[in-house]
Amino acid sequence: MTDILDIRGISKSFGALKASDDISLTLKSGEIHALIGPNGAGKSTLINQIAGGLKPDSGSVHFSGQDITSLAAPARARLGLGRTFQISQLAPEMTVLQNAVFGALGADGRVSRFWRPVMKDRSLLEVARSALERVGLNHRAGERVSEISHGERRQLEVAVALTQKPKAFLMDEPMAGLGHGGSERLTGFLRELKQEAPILLVEHDMDAVFALADRVSVLVYGRIIATGTADEIRTNPLVREAYLGDEEEHA
Amino acid sequence: MIRETHLNALIWLLLLIIPLAAWQMGEIYTITLATKICVLALAGVGLNIALGLGGMISLGHAAFFGIGGYAMGILANHAQSYIPIMEHPFLIEGTKYMPVIWLLAIVMSGLAALAIGALSLRTNGAYFIMITLAFGQMLYFFAISWPAYGGEDGLAIYVRNEFPGLNTLVPIQFFALCFLILTAVIFLSSRLENSRFGLALQATRQNETRTRTVGLTPYKIRLIAFVISGMICGLAGALSADLNRFVSPVMLSWHTSGEIMIFVILGGTGRLFAPLVGAAIYIMLEHFLGGVSDYWQIFLGLLLLMVVLFAPGGVIGLLTKREAAHD
Ligand SMILES: Nc1ncnc2c1ncn2[C@@H]1O[C@H](COP(=O)(O)OP(=O)(O)OP(=O)(O)O)[C@@H](O)[C@H]1O
Ligand SMILES: [Mg+2]
Repeated sequence: MTDILDIRGISKSFGALKASDDISLTLKSGEIHALIGPNGAGKSTLINQIAGGLKPDSGSVHFSGQDITSLAAPARARLGLGRTFQISQLAPEMTVLQNAVFGALGADGRVSRFWRPVMKDRSLLEVARSALERVGLNHRAGERVSEISHGERRQLEVAVALTQKPKAFLMDEPMAGLGHGGSERLTGFLRELKQEAPILLVEHDMDAVFALADRVSVLVYGRIIATGTADEIRTNPLVREAYLGDEEEHA
Repeated sequence: MIRETHLNALIWLLLLIIPLAAWQMGEIYTITLATKICVLALAGVGLNIALGLGGMISLGHAAFFGIGGYAMGILANHAQSYIPIMEHPFLIEGTKYMPVIWLLAIVMSGLAALAIGALSLRTNGAYFIMITLAFGQMLYFFAISWPAYGGEDGLAIYVRNEFPGLNTLVPIQFFALCFLILTAVIFLSSRLENSRFGLALQATRQNETRTRTVGLTPYKIRLIAFVISGMICGLAGALSADLNRFVSPVMLSWHTSGEIMIFVILGGTGRLFAPLVGAAIYIMLEHFLGGVSDYWQIFLGLLLLMVVLFAPGGVIGLLTKREAAHD
């Protein structure tokens, strides 16, 4: 298994707050690497630095053997980094299908076409429809995004990422708000998807994490305090103290 | 409540039929008003691409309108005085030939939009509005202090420019020309709206993070739209100058930017026929109320206020039912 993603010593501070503190981790082909940690631990901040939305203060990001630290987000996406957001980032006035077609258009890259109707472009439509099909959203294709449910938007985010045919996925809490049934279906889907491209998965849903993850890293106050298999993490005393124990108290 | 496409067709037909009827009845002034609507609507169609589709609140579009006007004014001025624009290193003469004038207007306003857009699109929000405003005002003051072409007084062109096969001095013929250009540009802009580029532009307006995430650069998309938008305003400026046979710095002032924006907002920002509806309302208010009171713009202000507060879809949005989302 080769490292698709290799994050080396990333640090990021917001004023006095160390949101990322010398973080190193890898994502190997064929795996789901889960990133867990309490609220405010810095998970989204890390994902954002890998995707190129935020510049780290120090450290580097390597993707398929290439140093991409200085590339902007669009360039990273074009190289094959697919991403879904904790808070959906979609075009709200466009339909479900248009959002998916936009994903396919981004992957195609030929945007300076001013004449032919994009929604009659067979090649883009095919990519978009098959992505919607895979997440089970095809029946909602004609609906405006502002009118679909929260859970459906999460599914659409995954579908748009699929249209990009990425070499690796960064997913920030894709299960949030999906409900039990939706969560279970997505779990099944991600297990299938990791064969195509590995997934760095931020997730709060512990059932999903322990069911899916080949490896788990635990982030607390911007630091990775442990990395290991699901079983190793479950029994790691440091983790129990810092994170899992905390969860149980809440429950 | 009717469908937007039907309303558009109706508006288009009215704009064609009323001047034709006026022509039959010898009402020349009505034809001139209709021509004015076409020309101003054309500027609005240009702005609507940046503002409506792209969400770029530009208060500097008068710059492109004015550059188009001065392109016409300068070329025609040299033609009527028989003084070449330059003799060295090669000879460039003025012209009274509309297609050449339009080409120059489009190219010059496009270049200006490229330069202004390249700088101002690095900012956003209120800064973008202010920077476009500042660029527009720079050109305005430049025109005022440029004595070679009339300075503050502007330039008068004695005879309307020529178009092959037409007598542009006949009002109905010049109207027909402006009407056809407006129709063609509206058609082009509807193609653009539904094209690949149109999808990218509208998605970028709605959520630029989404654009970056699919691998596209919002800045480039906006800049292309800004240039197209500016070129259309430049063409409108050249026609407007020909309609009035007069060019002055007022074309470049921020009042003009504001007026063009009012057309778009009155009609319904982002809607294909919004600029036409807005320009028609504006011209009719000016015509009917302007005679009654010098303060007719108060009524315009009230109307604008009501639209912004109670009808965010503009007059078109008010009259049409929202078409169900469909691909
Ligand atoms: N742009 C920013 N400026 C200042 N502080 C920020 C910024 N972004 C995030 N933070 C802070 O950095 C810390 C980490 O935030 P982050 O969103 O990465 O946490 P998270 O692990 O994703 O949390 P959650 O589980 O709630 O999503 C938080 O304390 C947050 O308030
Ligand atoms: Mg988060």
